[in-house]
Amino acid sequence: MLGLREYLQSFHSCPGTVIIEWKKQEAIVEVPSRDLPEILTYCLAMKPRPTWLTHVVNDERQLGRGFCLYLVLHFPGEDFSLTLFAKEIIDEFPSLASIYPALNWSEREVQDLFGLQAVGHPDPRSLVLHPGWPKGFHPLRKDYKVGDERNEFKRAPLVFPEMHGDGMFQVPVGPIHAGIIEPGHFRFYVNGEPVLHLEAQLFYTHKGIEKLLEGKSIKDGLRIVERVCGVCALSHGLAYCEAVEKLADVEVSRQALLWRTILAELERIYNHIGDIGNMCAGVGFALGNANGSQCKEKLQRLNLEFFGHRFLRGMVVPGGVSSIPGSQDSQSILNRLLELSKDFEDWIPLLLDHDGFRQRTVTTGILKAENALDFGVTGPAARASGIANDWREHHAHLLYPELNVKSMIEQDGDACSRLLVRVNETRESFRFLDTLLREAIKGPASEDKGTTPLTLEKFRQFAPAWGCVESPRGTDVIWLMLDGEDKIYRCRIRSASYANWPAVPLTAPGNIVPDFPIINKSFELCYSCCDR
Amino acid sequence: MWNLMLRKFKMGRLTEKGGNSLTQQKSSIPSSFRQSLQARHLDCGSCNGCDWELTALGNSFYDHQHFGIDFVASPRHADLLMCTGPASTQLVMAAHETFEAMAKPKWVVAVGDCAVDGGVFKGAYASANGMGEVLPVDVKIPGCPPKPEDIINALLEFMGKR
Repeated sequence: MLGLREYLQSFHSCPGTVIIEWKKQEAIVEVPSRDLPEILTYCLAMKPRPTWLTHVVNDERQLGRGFCLYLVLHFPGEDFSLTLFAKEIIDEFPSLASIYPALNWSEREVQDLFGLQAVGHPDPRSLVLHPGWPKGFHPLRKDYKVGDERNEFKRAPLVFPEMHGDGMFQVPVGPIHAGIIEPGHFRFYVNGEPVLHLEAQLFYTHKGIEKLLEGKSIKDGLRIVERVCGVCALSHGLAYCEAVEKLADVEVSRQALLWRTILAELERIYNHIGDIGNMCAGVGFALGNANGSQCKEKLQRLNLEFFGHRFLRGMVVPGGVSSIPGSQDSQSILNRLLELSKDFEDWIPLLLDHDGFRQRTVTTGILKAENALDFGVTGPAARASGIANDWREHHAHLLYPELNVKSMIEQDGDACSRLLVRVNETRESFRFLDTLLREAIKGPASEDKGTTPLTLEKFRQFAPAWGCVESPRGTDVIWLMLDGEDKIYRCRIRSASYANWPAVPLTAPGNIVPDFPIINKSFELCYSCCDR
Repeated sequence: MWNLMLRKFKMGRLTEKGGNSLTQQKSSIPSSFRQSLQARHLDCGSCNGCDWELTALGNSFYDHQHFGIDFVASPRHADLLMCTGPASTQLVMAAHETFEAMAKPKWVVAVGDCAVDGGVFKGAYASANGMGEVLPVDVKIPGCPPKPEDIINALLEFMGKR
């Protein structure tokens, strides 16, 4: 990276700044935590602007490094990722949320789970742990062993901003909603029908998965990671496997890459089509919803028939894929997909040309491009605001460079744009699958079973690695560190929903309360992988 | 519009297995509930997989309504509480309140491995090991997630229709 390395090397607080590793695509640089704000400001001013992949704090006191902070930034122009690593944090670190609001939730989460203080953070409230847990409960510290705290949890009132004025009301909704939806509490501040402000209180489904993963074997870890999010199971599993493979320095065979790409695209189309149908449900458009859910069901049945699971769980394993369909099956998959793609083109005009549906979605829930950038929004939500950030375009992985992926962008940032991005991406995915499956039908060029065995002793220990995959909702990032026995030491799951949720409340003001379902569904975020 | 009509005719009927052809079997629930069941969904920390499968029950292939099963918006209208997830701690109170709000007689269904016994989330610090630790569970539907046909079959069996 031109300039960045020189900047870091000449940074005034040398020798505090140490370049630990600098490769063509990835670098890790140790910096004193007090210098993080200045370095991050410099990085964010670079063009094209980098985006965050993940922000991890790890308790490495047993290794004599105190608490460590890892901030992974990705510079899209040159497909370069930089890990800023700050060690020896004792009980506080400077907050970066005011410089880069994308880190807001992540820092609040660190305050809850590690008991460290983000100095200068603008929002002092707890986030992941609701009020009511015992004092001094910081479960991600290594000296905490899972105990009886959950039985001591006594629900206490949540803290919300106050609001005064004539005719002002608060409308509390949730955590349990009317319908088959995940739990979250929304508080609308309204004056008549228009929303003035929205507070979203999530983390009701917080289970403590990151703690649960600690000490698990790589195989058991995968089982859990695939269940962090029901519907982006494959993306999470794939990101995890990529991290594991980085730690083992394993190159995956071409057949495995081919089938991983096919699986990732299959996950994208069944999710996108389901989400398009759900958006219709959000405005009570039953026919649109019926078509979407039919098409999704057919795709999920295809998943079950050829890959053994409706949500594609268990297909990706470290080193490759668990099984590969033969030529005949590949042909059948291709035939079915061609049929479904034709069917999709048959019913999609029903939505796109429907006046009533357009009236509800056009100009509803606008996410401004600058907000999307500041909050590190990812996936279709950002692309609908004109930000071309498709990970498949910007990062060379799987077979995407050969497919020449282009980010599908729209400019308006409203619910309709988010729908259009999904429609266009679905069309592209059908096209990619066609190309990929034609290669699969030919079969492997040589003896390639699609799996490269990982031998146990090869893993780098106590070293960080990340994997990132463009899921249907945006980038899912898994950050992984293994201990001396190849068990998980720390696994941080930063899902697309986690990155995007803080931006959702920004899109509500100016809209009316009944429009919130369609706004929410146009983002189609998962609560579970956000809450973990 | 014409194209949509044509498409509809070409597609024909998608719904599988008619509800009327089922014969009445023994069931432990009162006879007035055997014709129809009103269910309320309660997410108690699930990964969203089971929730998607519950949603899938409403698509044209399964169409739960033609069996007399429906999802209602309020626990006050519900006979059945269909719980997904291992019962995450921060939701336990809300789960109790939802159950309390239901009129008697009422039943609880644990949908999916997590709700049955905690599944892969057994031993997490902020979740119980299954809904059974929180509410009295009457019916268990294992699977990760259970397929829509498994859920429908379990409900029909409960209603004495299979």
